[in-house]
Amino acid sequence: MTVPLPSPAPYQSPDNKEFWAATAGGRLLLRRCDDCQSYIWYPRPFCPACGSLKTSWTEASGRGTVYTFTVVHRSMIPGFREAAPYVVAYVELAEGPRVMTNIVDADPAAVSIGMPVSVVFADTGEGSALYRFKPA
Amino acid sequence: MSIRGRAFIAGAYEHPLREIPDLSSSQIQAECAAGALADAGLTFADVDGYFTDSAHGLGGLSMADYLGLRLCHVDSTETGGSSYIVHVGHAAEAIAAGKCSVALVTMAGRPRTTGMRGAQPAEPVPDSVFEGLWGLSGAVTGYAMAAARHMYQYGTTSEQLAEVKVAASLHAQHNPQAFLRKPVTVEEVLASPMVSSPLHRDDCCVVTDGGGAVVIVSPEVAASLHRTCVKVLGQGEAIKHTDSGRVDLTYTGAVVSGPRAFAEAGVTPADIKYASIYDSFTITVVETLEDLGFCEKGQGGKFVAGGALVAPFGRLPFNTDGGGLCNNHPSNRGGMTKIIEAVRQLRGEANEAVQVPNCNLALAHGTGGNIATRMASATLILGQEDA
Repeated sequence: MTVPLPSPAPYQSPDNKEFWAATAGGRLLLRRCDDCQSYIWYPRPFCPACGSLKTSWTEASGRGTVYTFTVVHRSMIPGFREAAPYVVAYVELAEGPRVMTNIVDADPAAVSIGMPVSVVFADTGEGSALYRFKPA
Repeated sequence: MSIRGRAFIAGAYEHPLREIPDLSSSQIQAECAAGALADAGLTFADVDGYFTDSAHGLGGLSMADYLGLRLCHVDSTETGGSSYIVHVGHAAEAIAAGKCSVALVTMAGRPRTTGMRGAQPAEPVPDSVFEGLWGLSGAVTGYAMAAARHMYQYGTTSEQLAEVKVAASLHAQHNPQAFLRKPVTVEEVLASPMVSSPLHRDDCCVVTDGGGAVVIVSPEVAASLHRTCVKVLGQGEAIKHTDSGRVDLTYTGAVVSGPRAFAEAGVTPADIKYASIYDSFTITVVETLEDLGFCEKGQGGKFVAGGALVAPFGRLPFNTDGGGLCNNHPSNRGGMTKIIEAVRQLRGEANEAVQVPNCNLALAHGTGGNIATRMASATLILGQEDA
């Protein structure tokens, strides 16, 4: 890959700003329900599994496997268009949630479903970093 | 309360154009509304219920104003491309409940002319924050991930997916208004450029300007019309989402909407003579056929291979107008055209080469949103007047 993937800054809301602040420090947080112990993805201060409003942050292991992926050959998105081909994936975290992300530091042709991966962070320059995954 | 037999589709109209630089989307909707009402033998003054998506102003208010409608019932349920199949169900419910007696459903859009971009809201919806960072390029990226997982889990092949496009193209050659009329082969689909693996360009629907409208009426109004009407027998709808990280890309909301629609109609998949199946991408069709019970889960690829979808004599003739893959996908939404072709089949007015013989029972299914994140599935079962 000659052109690196862009790292757009995410929109920060009262619900997610602690999550993004942690990424800037190289930590991937998960929201978890205090009542039913379910992991919550995407992060929100509400448990969609049981309806509880009591939730807390925990730190994820950063390990997972590829649940599915696609190699994007033609992209309409400025910045990404120039970086094609690139990999968009769902990674199943060791804790359970399947999160949408990119697979990086890998030849797209070598990516496969079930492949073990680990988190890496790409600085957005705006107090946050994107959680991407590379072959473990 | 069941809607079975409580409402009839009396009029349907698909805008004949596929690239419309010189009309507004509102005007396209006006032309479609006029076309559907004329088809039914009704006028704008007869309309007392109006159903549309949220793409043009504040719900249905702006278009009701534009069209001069005088309404006692309005519904702007927004479920993306499946909206209009939801609307037919809601219109039938409203008619059965006595809320209105002549319901108009309209839609239009011009993505071919104006591009794919949408406005950025001041406060993004929360899911978009976590999905807008990875370079998803339109809907295809998500559907490609679904296809990849379906292949991994069930052994579905690119050749099997291509059979869906081949069948659609065989139908489109008979439709003078279809955007793509040339029949294609499996080999040609596989040779088309890879957009987002494993989906090629020819696994994707067309991008067209256009629109459509249908008119749903009470049994009393239907009995007063000269036009052959189509009976609404059953409808089901369901939303499926990412389920807090437990997202599963191998099935759709049709697993819920389908059985509900079949139960209300009192029929089974084996009874269906013609099916309009939402075909934003070839994988959409394969997963939907499984979820609606036309074959077992995971067997959709095998089902579509060997011409099962080809009209008039395949096991399950589908999308005889050419579907979204070849004919029309106005406003990036295929639900309206799915209804209209089912109505044509039940009236015996499909293009001659693809008219299904003795077509007395048809299904129209919509998949709105994205199969990889959150979607709304809607299933509509329609029959001939005496069904």
